[in-house]
Amino acid sequence: MKLVTAVIQPHRLEAVKEALLGAGIHGLTVSEASGYGRQKGHTEVYRGAEYVVDLVPKVRIEVLVNDEDAAMATEVVIKASSSGQIGDGKVWTVPVEDVTRVRTGEHGPDAI
Amino acid sequence: MESALNSGDTAWILTASALVLLMTPGLAFFYGGMVRGKSVLNMMMMSFGAMGIVGVIWVLWGYPMAFGTDIGGFLGNPFDGFGLGNLLAANPEESLPSMAFVAFQATFAIITVALISGAIADRTKFGAWMAFAGIWVTLVYFPIAHWVWAGDGWLFNLGAIDFAGGTVVHINAGVAGLALAIILGKRKGWGKDPMRPHNLPFVMLGAGLLWFGWFGFNAGSALAADNTASVVWVNTMVATCAAMLGWLITEKIRDGKATSLGAASGVVAGLVAITPACSSVSPIGAIIVGVVAGVVCALAVGLKWKLGYDDSLDVVGVHLVGGLTGTLLIGFLATAAAPAGVDGLFYGGGVDQLGKQAIAAFAALGYSLVLTLIIGYAIKMFGGFRVSEEAEVNGIDLAVHGETAYETLGIGRVSTEVKA
Repeated sequence: MKLVTAVIQPHRLEAVKEALLGAGIHGLTVSEASGYGRQKGHTEVYRGAEYVVDLVPKVRIEVLVNDEDAAMATEVVIKASSSGQIGDGKVWTVPVEDVTRVRTGEHGPDAI
Repeated sequence: MESALNSGDTAWILTASALVLLMTPGLAFFYGGMVRGKSVLNMMMMSFGAMGIVGVIWVLWGYPMAFGTDIGGFLGNPFDGFGLGNLLAANPEESLPSMAFVAFQATFAIITVALISGAIADRTKFGAWMAFAGIWVTLVYFPIAHWVWAGDGWLFNLGAIDFAGGTVVHINAGVAGLALAIILGKRKGWGKDPMRPHNLPFVMLGAGLLWFGWFGFNAGSALAADNTASVVWVNTMVATCAAMLGWLITEKIRDGKATSLGAASGVVAGLVAITPACSSVSPIGAIIVGVVAGVVCALAVGLKWKLGYDDSLDVVGVHLVGGLTGTLLIGFLATAAAPAGVDGLFYGGGVDQLGKQAIAAFAALGYSLVLTLIIGYAIKMFGGFRVSEEAEVNGIDLAVHGETAYETLGIGRVSTEVKA
């Protein structure tokens, strides 16, 4: 099993959700995140005082998948979240030791 | 004997009083949105706290001190009419009941005190603020209100024009804010940590409520439902519109963008500046007052960074500078065709009125500055004015009020037991 995590532009969330559903992946966790990569932040001005806002809002998506689906899920996320602009984010995959479905107690791939 | 009561006037002044009272909760939103999320409740409580303490004091000895039996043109006798028991009976000679005037003026005393709180955001002990509010309104506000608005007041008799409170309210509160910002010192991390406004929609909501209430403030100050009130209403509207545009254009040129905080700030700057002048200028004059105030205040809010005082929400840049702008511009832009009936410099009236305006402005400024410094340092010495560094860093809301404004999915809150 693999955990695919993506940090993306907030406005791409809907597209990524739809694309994952279309690819047969029925479950994901979304959280609000802040961060910066190479694009750094932006400047805001309040009554003439400049603030450099270096942490910009992002959305973090986490998807648990079976090993064979990991590459496909990553591709789907990248395709749906890409705008070609700086700040589009990152996707990474890590191995997962075990997964348990809380309600039934099922383990491993059955719980995906 | 037939009663002289004018029900139209009375109805308007009671309505206007309610409008002006709403300005203080409006100010709570205006200020509350500008602070960080960890101190919004304390910021709003400083306004509500002022409503509590000043409202009670006004009825006990405030009204007698401001408008009661005169002592030397300087203030009223607080013991003559203490508690207002002498005003309960209807007076058939009055077109407007004294109690209606009491109600109207109460709301001015309240908001003047609340205005000061913006200068000392995020760091003030609540008890010390409440003590300050009671002492300051008694020793500073009531005397200046008496000078300018009571029939025996020395500035009133000098002929200085302050229709609705440029000196009494705005110069007074603005310079008091400056004094307290200096006494309390800067917030931790000022100039380094980001302290951007946490909720700009609150700021705009507050500016809207202030603008709405301000029609009671200015047009109500006619103390009648008449032509003067109507002229004042239009001047108040158009000066505020012009000031918002002035502030936004200044920002666009200086910073590259017209901001929502700039719009809200420009609205308040325009309202402040037209307050003393609304009865003495034409609508064209009001537009000029507004534009000048919008531009000047937009530039003035940058002063604190150069001079190094943490007037957190720009009480000085908006209220002191805006109040001075409006009060002094009367000397240039007043026209005898307006209800106040005086010509300023640009209308052939010479410098006479300008001189009177300057005396009123700087008398209020000087008196308020000196007295506020004395009161502020006294509170700082006896009991302290500022919360602990730990309370300030972790958030004054939790430290002082035991509350937090926002709960995000309950994360970070430990709640295992609820006591009823």
